[in-house]
Amino acid sequence: MNGALAFLSDYTIQNVAFGAAILGTISGVLGVFAVLRQQSLLGDALSHAALPGICLGFLLAGSRSLPAILAGALLTGILAALVILVLTSRTRLKTDAAIGISLSVFFAAGVVLLTYIQGTGNASQGGLDTFLFGQAAAILRSDLYVMGAIALVGLGIVAAFWKEFKLVTFDPDFAGSLGMPVRRIETALTLLIALAVVVGLQMVGVVLMAAMVIAPAVAARQWARSLGAMVTLSALAGIVAGASGALLSSLASGLATGPLIVLAATLLVIVSLLFAPQRGILWSVIRRRRAAHHLRGRQVLATIHDLASAHHDTSYPAEQSMLDAYHGLGTGAVLSRLEGRGLVRRTTHMPQEGPHWELTEEGRAQARESLGETPPESA
Amino acid sequence: MSPSADRALDLQNGAEPLHEPGLAVHVEDLTVSYHEKPVLFDIDLNVPPGVMCAVVGPNGAGKSTLIKSILGLVKPTSGHITLHGLSYREVRSRVGYVPQRSTVDWDFPTTVLDVVTMGLYGRLGWFKRPGRHERRKAEEALRLVGMEDFARRQISQLSGGQQQRVFLARALVQEADVYFLDEPMAGVDATTERAIVKILGRLRDAGKTVIVVHHDLQTVTTYFDWLVLLNVRVIAQGPVQETYTAENLRAAYGGQIALLDRGAPAE
Amino acid sequence: MLAAALENIPLMIVATGALVGIAAALPGTFLVLRGSSLLSDAISHSIVLGIVLVWMMSGAQSGPLQLIGAAVTGLATVFLTELVAGTGRVKNDAAIGLVFPALFSIGVLLLNVYARDVHIDQHTVLLGEIGFVWLDTVALGAYEVPRSLLSMGAMCAINLVFVVLLFKELKLATFDRALAAALGFMPGLLFYALLALTSATAVAAFDAVGAVLFIAFVIVPPSAAYLLTDRLSLMLLLSAAIATLSSIAGYVVAVLFDVSIGGMMAVMTGLFLLLAFLFGPRYGIIAQALRRRRAATVTPA
Repeated sequence: MNGALAFLSDYTIQNVAFGAAILGTISGVLGVFAVLRQQSLLGDALSHAALPGICLGFLLAGSRSLPAILAGALLTGILAALVILVLTSRTRLKTDAAIGISLSVFFAAGVVLLTYIQGTGNASQGGLDTFLFGQAAAILRSDLYVMGAIALVGLGIVAAFWKEFKLVTFDPDFAGSLGMPVRRIETALTLLIALAVVVGLQMVGVVLMAAMVIAPAVAARQWARSLGAMVTLSALAGIVAGASGALLSSLASGLATGPLIVLAATLLVIVSLLFAPQRGILWSVIRRRRAAHHLRGRQVLATIHDLASAHHDTSYPAEQSMLDAYHGLGTGAVLSRLEGRGLVRRTTHMPQEGPHWELTEEGRAQARESLGETPPESA
Repeated sequence: MSPSADRALDLQNGAEPLHEPGLAVHVEDLTVSYHEKPVLFDIDLNVPPGVMCAVVGPNGAGKSTLIKSILGLVKPTSGHITLHGLSYREVRSRVGYVPQRSTVDWDFPTTVLDVVTMGLYGRLGWFKRPGRHERRKAEEALRLVGMEDFARRQISQLSGGQQQRVFLARALVQEADVYFLDEPMAGVDATTERAIVKILGRLRDAGKTVIVVHHDLQTVTTYFDWLVLLNVRVIAQGPVQETYTAENLRAAYGGQIALLDRGAPAE
Repeated sequence: MLAAALENIPLMIVATGALVGIAAALPGTFLVLRGSSLLSDAISHSIVLGIVLVWMMSGAQSGPLQLIGAAVTGLATVFLTELVAGTGRVKNDAAIGLVFPALFSIGVLLLNVYARDVHIDQHTVLLGEIGFVWLDTVALGAYEVPRSLLSMGAMCAINLVFVVLLFKELKLATFDRALAAALGFMPGLLFYALLALTSATAVAAFDAVGAVLFIAFVIVPPSAAYLLTDRLSLMLLLSAAIATLSSIAGYVVAVLFDVSIGGMMAVMTGLFLLLAFLFGPRYGIIAQALRRRRAATVTPA
């Protein structure tokens, strides 16, 4: 108990926890828009493209000053987004190539600048490396103010333009017909994603920041039924993943923070995909099995019905082994299920010949409906 | 008697499963489902050789899926399909296919002649390259669709109607016995539509079977002599004059038929 | 003469860079045309995990075992991505962005744990060390050949044989998947083979350029070539040429400013793309503008 208290009041741990909360909130909230607008990998490009900006900020400020570095990162991130926009709108390159070009060339420029800074022998350049994979423990209290301020600006903009963002995300054409400046709103959302990326750079790093934009939103999508709920849950998922990953890395020294945060977020996604009510894969597998049984049942009913009408005998008993051969599999289980639902019944035809089945009145009605012989009343 | 019962009876009498060499297309008990929902249910279909057959039905009726399952592009839940009595794998070289125009990227770096030559790839088999013989065949097919002047053109410079003619030429070089065309008349100009119908008619007159997914009810009776009305199930199939009835159309289109009154025959 | 060439360090570095570029551009051309080029992003990140796992199991840090391990990891990445997208609950782009960061993260953490024993550290993972490829040589007959040059040469040859032999099949499968399937050319299998080769190439290129710069070599030269030509065979040739030129120019500029050679080579691919974007004969911005102006002066009449 005492140990836990000491742990929680530790200066570094407090910083890390706060930082993770800020990062989780902003990337969770804006990730929702990126994922819903199918721009997940734009986040990847923007975060890789932050590297040259980090170096430029460092070069201009002459030291590892966080505001300068983040401003540089934001600038090159926006530039990368612009390159993608120009390439997709003015050439015949597809989105994937445009994103890949922007991502890799900007990152390469960052690598070049990083080695340039190393070459200048600046003593504080060691700090820049941490932006590749993130380092939670390096966060200072003053850094938190910078991150917090950026996050507040981002969240404030989302709150102010909530209904515009919502409509443009859901149905841009309709939003345009209402007279909304769709293009500008879309641009604003892209810029905000760059902002979210920038906030996370110090903790998660440029290489993995994209996952923090995508994973919390995907996890939240599985549980939420409204955009508001999705944004809230996504922010929550971001905080949980960020905090648990960051705390783990400050406990176990030598483990990079970014990968731990990403794995925590991935875990949340896996759990959500499998078990979320309604959308969970587990439930849908169960539903699909039921549907497959149901379909098989309808097919068997239809066959018995066809045979009956071929013999002009509504209660014609069909031999089970023949049904097996016809459907190419054992129909015993299907027939027992149908019997349980009162659609077929077992008849004794000739004792030496094996089981026979005939349709009940209800079974006949269902078979006819499946075969389209009695169109549904509602049509 | 429905064909499935027919087959069941044959089985009962100890007969071998029937192949239908007399039929161009023979589909038995085909069910295709996507996730929980059947897209095609219990389809039994017989198309005799030498007809021009329209597959018609509302959106989501499974028209494209039907063609794709016949060509083995979609895996059915159950069912049995033969073309001229043989499985698709055995007769692949005798089948021509024109996919929907929108399924390919018309910015692909290639020429008109090259696209038409692709129709011969199946006959060439793995590894072998197309040569002068193939090029001559492709040029011939382009002439048939009136596109011979466009042979060297980059495909992104074609209009919708020209793209469709190129696709048709590609199917023509396949020199198949059975042709499947998925919405070839969608979004093309009137001239192209007439040209396509004329070429397809010529194929039919040469004894080929032409099966077309068609969306325009008004032209069914003028263009086609055989009809399959589809809406997840087969609503009706047979010669156009027998199957193209208001009752069948209503069964296929349900409430939507009011919108189509102009195209529907009088009762 | 060969011995002299092998002694020539700048030549060895440039040759390795050019071979990385050519080997990557061969499958890259088809990935770009298919609209799946970001799978190379996913693959090149997640092979880090493959490399660490193969090393942990066999102790091999390079060689055929690593190439096979990489091919398997790359395919597993693509398979997992398709699996996640196939659930219908996650869009394709988000699926890519979920799978590879997770695999990459596991790889990096394993590297953290075993850092002392492996020669690859976080830096190499991302950036490669093309400037030092000449340090690690293997004896080939009478010659000492840089290991990277040898493995890249082999991958280049394998990719070339694959693309040349299956040119017609790859073209059809990329252009019209449905017809390719209907004709029995198994486009799905071809595509997986292409991705397996991309993965193996990524591992072979790993020591030289690392995970992220490799993406530039897969995507950028074919994209630049796509802006210059309307013929697939020419597009392949042009991307190989652009990759080679980028390697030479990148080396010269990098040495001049004493910065990362691999990084500068990748930047140079971007420069060539910019040139193609501006001056491309038909699709370049300037050609487009000229055409528009000509159309504007003709139509008023």
